[in-house]
Amino acid sequence: MPEASTTAITRKPPRWLPWLGGKSNPGDAVFRGASRFFALLVVALLLAMAYEMARASTASFKEFGWGFIISREWDPVAEQFGALPFIYGTVVSSLVALFIAVPVALGIAIYLSELAPLWLRKPVGFLVELLAAVPSVVYGLWGIFVLAPLMAQTIEPALRKTLGFLPLFSGPNQGFGMLSGGLVLAIMILPTISSVSREVLQAVPNNLREGATALGATRWEVVRVGVLPYARSGLVGAIILGLGRALGETMAITMLIGNRPEISASLFAPSYTMASVIANEFTEATADVHLAALAEIAFLLFAVTLLLNIIARLLVWQVSRNEAKGGR
Amino acid sequence: MKAKAPRFTRRLLAPVVVTLLALLVTACKGSGEGSGEKATATTGDVSLNGAGATFPYPLYSKWMSEYNKQNPNVKINYQSIGSGGGIRQILAGTVDFGASDAPMSDDEMKKAPRTLHHIPATLGGVAITYNLDGVKDLKLSPEALAGIYLGTITKWNDAKIAETNDGVTLPDQGITVAYRSDGSGTTAVFSDYLAKVSSDWKDKVGVGKSLKWPKGLGAKGNEGVTGQVKTTKGAVGYVELAYAITSNLEVAALKNKAGEFVKPSIDAITAAAAGEALPESLTTSITDSPGKGAYPISSYSYLLVYEDTKDTTKGEALAKFMWWAIHDGQKLAADLHYAPLPDAVVKQVETRLKQLKSGEKKLLP
Repeated sequence: MPEASTTAITRKPPRWLPWLGGKSNPGDAVFRGASRFFALLVVALLLAMAYEMARASTASFKEFGWGFIISREWDPVAEQFGALPFIYGTVVSSLVALFIAVPVALGIAIYLSELAPLWLRKPVGFLVELLAAVPSVVYGLWGIFVLAPLMAQTIEPALRKTLGFLPLFSGPNQGFGMLSGGLVLAIMILPTISSVSREVLQAVPNNLREGATALGATRWEVVRVGVLPYARSGLVGAIILGLGRALGETMAITMLIGNRPEISASLFAPSYTMASVIANEFTEATADVHLAALAEIAFLLFAVTLLLNIIARLLVWQVSRNEAKGGR
Repeated sequence: MKAKAPRFTRRLLAPVVVTLLALLVTACKGSGEGSGEKATATTGDVSLNGAGATFPYPLYSKWMSEYNKQNPNVKINYQSIGSGGGIRQILAGTVDFGASDAPMSDDEMKKAPRTLHHIPATLGGVAITYNLDGVKDLKLSPEALAGIYLGTITKWNDAKIAETNDGVTLPDQGITVAYRSDGSGTTAVFSDYLAKVSSDWKDKVGVGKSLKWPKGLGAKGNEGVTGQVKTTKGAVGYVELAYAITSNLEVAALKNKAGEFVKPSIDAITAAAAGEALPESLTTSITDSPGKGAYPISSYSYLLVYEDTKDTTKGEALAKFMWWAIHDGQKLAADLHYAPLPDAVVKQVETRLKQLKSGEKKLLP
């Protein structure tokens, strides 16, 4: 046996080895080369998509220039197009969804990983994750037939009664609008955020909990002082995942948001998202400018998603830098 | 156990891979043989591909399966990707025939490499549905309908609505307007009608598959509009007739050009087509038709075919299928809530189908 291994070592490495980034072992080199190829494939795909969308939108860019981003006009008959109401609708509906979903999702995650009796953790966690398996058209139909009437007849009047002095909760309650759209998005991103958060919390070393308990901390203090700070960047990551899903969601929100390209201060008012307008109008758009405008919306959705992700990453970076300084 | 697992999977892996490869090879071989057969045999199978409008899809797919039962060697596939997609694909030549609810625009026709024909295949209508407690058989004048969608009429007890509904107590309720947010032929037909009966609509909104709506909430698809109307008191919306019938919606009667109030029905839609002469292009708008008993928001749905087909076998099969569709096929329409073409129109389409050719050869006797 030892003889065999020495011959293996003295065998000359193949000539193509350095090309794959390998130094001695062909297996390592092939593995490294293959995984690098796959990683680059994703980058290439992303760039190709961005390029293709930019190319498809040239006609619209030539016609409307940068004004496309700040124009509120969307008139397919007169061929006047502007993206602002859609950008607004996408960003605000996603923020509404995060505002509702994050506290609930973190609550679920903390309960399941810290407080719930052991026999309960698995089944409840499983049920929450099952929410993610419901197709979005089902959420949409449920939204039309159950959520929208409930919003119009019960929730929105109640909100107006208590918080009606805010412009956010004024105007007619029709059940279809920004708030309903945001709410259905919240339900859809809830399982994503809560299940990732639960994993993150479970990865927190037990000695942090034990240490805090030993210092006389209560259950809540253990979570607040011992667990959450350690898991902070992972939790932000979970929220970013949820945000990504909210930004790109199409079917359910299209069925509930009211599909009017208008900007209104009220959350009861109908709105429109970028993904929705593409889904609604692309199949039947025949005018070149109309198609190009929709492609430009797709490109902008790409840009908005990227921008929000960068902002979120910066946030995480800021948090972890403060931690390193001893801000904990 | 743990140490054994990888050996077990490795042992399993080889047969699985081999089986998969074998399957792949036979699959490729099979399809290769198939196409070889087609090249040699003269009376082989013909498969035709079409794409386009979603509105006539249930009827077309019924036609295609029925036709295939009678002519087992002809297989017709139809992708209901929307009229816009159908037009794009027939222009690009990636399908044998296209289908569209609205006739192609002049700009689109200019993009065609060869003469392209519209073949009227069936008729459809757009029903006005509403949700109003205790009000059955609502009657609407064109002015009232346009006013509702323009936002100038905001309450159900408006004088414009009341004057056509004698003896009906209309509630003092706001009107919630629902429209199709997805681009659709239904919207095109509906807006075509409103533009004919209201100059305000024509100037401010216009005609198209997607519009800048003065008022209302956008809902996706017929099911979305139905959902909004069903769940909102005081709502009004428009849906395809077939959809309105099958989902038992309350529909309004509309005043036609002859002054009658007509509820949407298959006969009333055929009457609308009979009341409007079909020009040489075989395309026309039959909204606000002057015909007696005509339902005013009706329209043709068209198949799109090139006059000259390169592949004679395919061309013949397609021409024969269309011949069958405008004769025997029309009898299947009513069951699926599509209106059959009037006899005069069938005669005109016959003439057009006889013009179809492949090179010098006429495709139909």
